[in-house]
Amino acid sequence: MSAFPRAAELGLIGCHVCGLTCRSGPGDAYLEGGHMVCPRCGSALHRRKPNSFVRTWALLIAGFLLYIPANVLPIMRTASLNDIDDNTIISGVVELWVKGSPDLAVIVFTASIVVPMLKFLSMGTLLLSSQRGSDWARPQRAKLYRLVEFIGYWSMLDVFVVALLTALVRFGLLSLVEPLPGVIFFGLTVVLTMLASMSFDPRLIWDGRDTDD
Amino acid sequence: MTDDSRIEPPPPNEGELPRPVVKRRRFNASLIWLVPALAALVGLSLVVNYWLQAGPQISISFQSAEGLDAGKTPVKYKNVVIGKVQKIRLSADHKRVVVTVALEKSAESFATEGTRYWVVRPRIGLGGVSGIDTLLSGSFIGVDVGDSSTPQEDFKGLETPPSVNHGAPGRSYVLHTDDLGSLDIGSPVYYRRIQVGRVVSYDLDKDGKGISIGIFVDGPNDKFVTVSTRFWNASGIDLSLGAQGLKVNTQSLASVLAGGIAFLDPRGPHDSTPAAELTSYQLFADQTTAMAPPDGEPHYFRMRFEQSVRGMAVDAPVEFLGINIGKVVSVNLDYDEKTQRFPVIVGAVVYPQRLGKAYDKLVALAKARGENPDLSQLLGRMVGQGLRAQARTGNLLTGQLYVALDFVPRAAPVVFDPNAKPLLIPTVPGSFDKLQEQMASIVDKLDKIPFDSIGRNLDQTLAGLNATLKQVNGQTLPAFNDTLKGVQKTMGTASDALSGDSPLQQNLGTTLEQVQRMARSLRVLTDYLGEHPEALVRGRRPDDKPATNTPPAAAAKPSQGSQP
Repeated sequence: MSAFPRAAELGLIGCHVCGLTCRSGPGDAYLEGGHMVCPRCGSALHRRKPNSFVRTWALLIAGFLLYIPANVLPIMRTASLNDIDDNTIISGVVELWVKGSPDLAVIVFTASIVVPMLKFLSMGTLLLSSQRGSDWARPQRAKLYRLVEFIGYWSMLDVFVVALLTALVRFGLLSLVEPLPGVIFFGLTVVLTMLASMSFDPRLIWDGRDTDD
Repeated sequence: MTDDSRIEPPPPNEGELPRPVVKRRRFNASLIWLVPALAALVGLSLVVNYWLQAGPQISISFQSAEGLDAGKTPVKYKNVVIGKVQKIRLSADHKRVVVTVALEKSAESFATEGTRYWVVRPRIGLGGVSGIDTLLSGSFIGVDVGDSSTPQEDFKGLETPPSVNHGAPGRSYVLHTDDLGSLDIGSPVYYRRIQVGRVVSYDLDKDGKGISIGIFVDGPNDKFVTVSTRFWNASGIDLSLGAQGLKVNTQSLASVLAGGIAFLDPRGPHDSTPAAELTSYQLFADQTTAMAPPDGEPHYFRMRFEQSVRGMAVDAPVEFLGINIGKVVSVNLDYDEKTQRFPVIVGAVVYPQRLGKAYDKLVALAKARGENPDLSQLLGRMVGQGLRAQARTGNLLTGQLYVALDFVPRAAPVVFDPNAKPLLIPTVPGSFDKLQEQMASIVDKLDKIPFDSIGRNLDQTLAGLNATLKQVNGQTLPAFNDTLKGVQKTMGTASDALSGDSPLQQNLGTTLEQVQRMARSLRVLTDYLGEHPEALVRGRRPDDKPATNTPPAAAAKPSQGSQP
């Protein structure tokens, strides 16, 4: 990678909005207590997203903390004639599987369990490896990040299911679906993980030591 | 590391790339850590909340987890949810299920000794329907709290709901019976046809020979249960045909179907102190038996009947002079080698107490005589006086028999062994049997009459008669006809002789005229003689004294005097 010079090495900085390339002295992007703006359009200029590691870590940890009550608390109450059923995410998946909809169970399981966990693990990996400036499997890590970015919003599926069912299934005594607190935590988790992945700067993957290559 | 906080506009004409504008940072990056801190706070608050709300955890064991759902089934007290089933697992020996219940914080007092737990399921019986709401809402675990405050964690659940809640006013009693009948838990207990309690339990006695029924009588009506109260099974319909007509006696329609128990104090003077908790009583089959004076000790004896006892059944009454004093308990066939006959051995129990005053008097008399007042001795004496057992027909339609103990006049003396066990009471053939025997002997006698020869003789006689009649017709009747003709002729002759113009008639007329004349002259004579009786002696005087000188003439002239 050392073959390609970085913008910082060339003393350049690009505007993300209008594309103006500015000259900036070495290190002045990381000026303490101040930030640069584009001389043309006035949007913020930075070589890397500011405090990317810190923000991403904070949001990721917050998301993970909220993911615990999201899984422990029930997310949905299905009340039918003779039965009140409070389901957590995983019990809903099990119920779907048992009651003969394995396809749906797989979808819900993927969206609600696999994707958030994947995000936590992926972001954690990306953060750790990038902070250490490791040059291990950089292209794969970049792909991983794009995957996380792409699948992030699909986790909202469960929240949408609950919201839709709550709105649609209102047959009074016969059948009723109510959202329970768990779904709020789950929604917050999804939002926070999305913010975390947004605040992560994928260019950080490529920073660090370029010695080995 | 360039100039700090200074906004430096890029020189436009440098041909170089523009320099970025540097602005002051608006906020500190470390503020982002507020987000996870907030998340952690929320999570922590949840944990604290849960920890604060968590009540005691108890485990209840049931025979089956039917209707119970882990995580769903609530625990309710007076229909208020106080906990929830958390987990259901099998006990170590797989014989019971252990239900783990998380009680709410406020329900700590339910995790104490004496609290009873049971599963409320829909129960539909003839006596009523309970737990119908659980059909829709699913089963739940019901609770009845005790008054102990000692904490307890492991409970044994009841299989049926307790009929009496803790602290309910009233008293429990125990009834003993042979047969449960149609009683069930929840069956009503009536006092004067008002439901005052219910059956709460029933158990087989340890020896399996009886049933103990637990009943609960609600307060304040439990004070009507006295030490001398009689309980009887009020199930079904009591039909009685008395002198007043047909009577149908039931407690209520529900008790007809579902059974019930009624109680009442016996009539007459009795001890009416209220009974203590768990007093035992006998449960009688019906009101009549319940109200009857106590039977006392039963005595068993046997009777040997030589004739058929068709219609004799177990439970047939044994009557002494028409009073029911016991019942038949066995009817068995025996074989007698000597006579080569099959006598029937009928066993019966009698309750001497049912004889009432008579029995007391007999016992007193026996004691006064210095004898053993035992029933066997008394019976021996009575057998000596002619007491015999008889199988009599109680019902002509069904031919049912009962055993009657009666004093039979001119009974053949028998040997009675008062020490025999069991006692054997001598029997005589029943009245119906006697009638049968007499009928049989009459039939025998009828049988002996030679109807054949009588018929034959009669036949012959009739043939002779026939011949005679033929003879009469052929010979006698024509002769009789002739005779009649002769008679007719004679009658005609007689008729001619008697006709008006016949000489006989004329002669008769003159004769009668002469007799008339004679009678006239005789009257004249008698008149004269009446006036002149001396004329009989002196004869008729010519003028004045015709009568005096005509007695001789008068004597000679009576026949002449009539002549003119």
